[in-house]
Amino acid sequence: MTTKDKYKKVAYYPGCALEGSGHSYNRSTKAVGKALGLDLVEVKNWNCCGAMEVKNVDPKLQTYLSSRVMSVAANEMDMDVVMAPCNGCYHNLKKAEYDLKNDSESVAVVDRLSKKAGHKTYESGQVETIHALDWIKDTIGEEGLAARVKNSLSGLKIANYYGCMYTRPRHIFPEKDKGPGSESTSKPHFMDDLLAAAGAENVDFPLKTACCGGAHTLSDSDISTKLVLNILKTAKLAGADVIATECPTCHSGLEMHQIRAEKTLGEKVDIKILYFTQLLGMALGLKAKKVGVHENISDSIKFLKAKGLG
Amino acid sequence: MRSLTELETVFESPPAAGDPEAAAAELLQASEEILEHWITARGDVPGSDKREGFRLLALHRQGAKGDPSFNACRETCREIAYHYNLVTMRDEYSDITDRLSMMAMISRHLFLFISGKMQVAELGEFCCSAKPIRAADGATTT
Repeated sequence: MTTKDKYKKVAYYPGCALEGSGHSYNRSTKAVGKALGLDLVEVKNWNCCGAMEVKNVDPKLQTYLSSRVMSVAANEMDMDVVMAPCNGCYHNLKKAEYDLKNDSESVAVVDRLSKKAGHKTYESGQVETIHALDWIKDTIGEEGLAARVKNSLSGLKIANYYGCMYTRPRHIFPEKDKGPGSESTSKPHFMDDLLAAAGAENVDFPLKTACCGGAHTLSDSDISTKLVLNILKTAKLAGADVIATECPTCHSGLEMHQIRAEKTLGEKVDIKILYFTQLLGMALGLKAKKVGVHENISDSIKFLKAKGLG
Repeated sequence: MRSLTELETVFESPPAAGDPEAAAAELLQASEEILEHWITARGDVPGSDKREGFRLLALHRQGAKGDPSFNACRETCREIAYHYNLVTMRDEYSDITDRLSMMAMISRHLFLFISGKMQVAELGEFCCSAKPIRAADGATTT
């Protein structure tokens, strides 16, 4: 079976953020999948991947929690691919996969907790974890996407922001940096490729993987606000009128600190922040509401209408 | 090595327009100094080696030893080096002022990240702001 066929039907792991602050990412991912004829089967009774609190209390407990998601997909749903659109979930599942392949202590802890919880122990290699970017890039591709575009994104200048966790640490992403066709950990481009295929003009954005201070959004807001403000201003300087995101934490951080920068530092940066799935959805002819633009914190509706989108 | 306050002034000021190459060299020097602060604060001595022609990249590598979260600014350092080259190889580019302005923004990001990380060590780690509490308690549950 080719990768293209393999990814057409995947176990969908939205994760906690996509049920809350990142709901518009959930909505737009599902809408784009439907429009592209791709099948998403939500992981049954999924749990938190262990991001945030659990990982801090005990990293191996996080490994177990991520492994349970993969175990359900593999052993209870007979799926061999899990697609996680959230960078945090994606990162944690990949990290769990790496740990279970390379660390016997992690294997023992996961086995013990899985037996205690009453489900099959996940074994390394049972599933492949992919990001939403891999999913669309490897099934539909740029040519396929371009052929399906109904409302070109032409006229939109986009800075693609991947955040610092999509490619880091490199050792948990063995499929990246494999030459042409694979994703790059130093200069990721899958989002650029897809949005360009939908007609957008990508700007040269040097902070595409820079830290936004996401982990300190609550604990140290001033650092996060300054980092986000610099990202917004750099995108603007690069000529962008939109920042495209592919992570709910990054997205929320950019939106919230854009507002906070204006309130606390008196610096307003007029740039729109949209999930790449929202942009692709509108390019495929979906209404702005259908891809949850009204659920974003920043208001992009007037801007998009002026560009003939949504 | 200038103080963090002095370096902040460099990063907050627009680069001097008259001599782009000198301004780029100043930004590169200031970026090296912020890395020197990080390395010194960790009890090490900043080296003088170069990687790929840049001391900046060697200093980043030195600063990331034993602290993978510091790699969150790896690409930022590489972009500074790249933009330095764009500015100093000016014959090929007509938009030299834009390139210099961009280099200033990237350098500022490095300053914000490292100076922030010197206050909150977990910056650059994913969602690990409570890690010191865990380490202090020595708590594990598995």
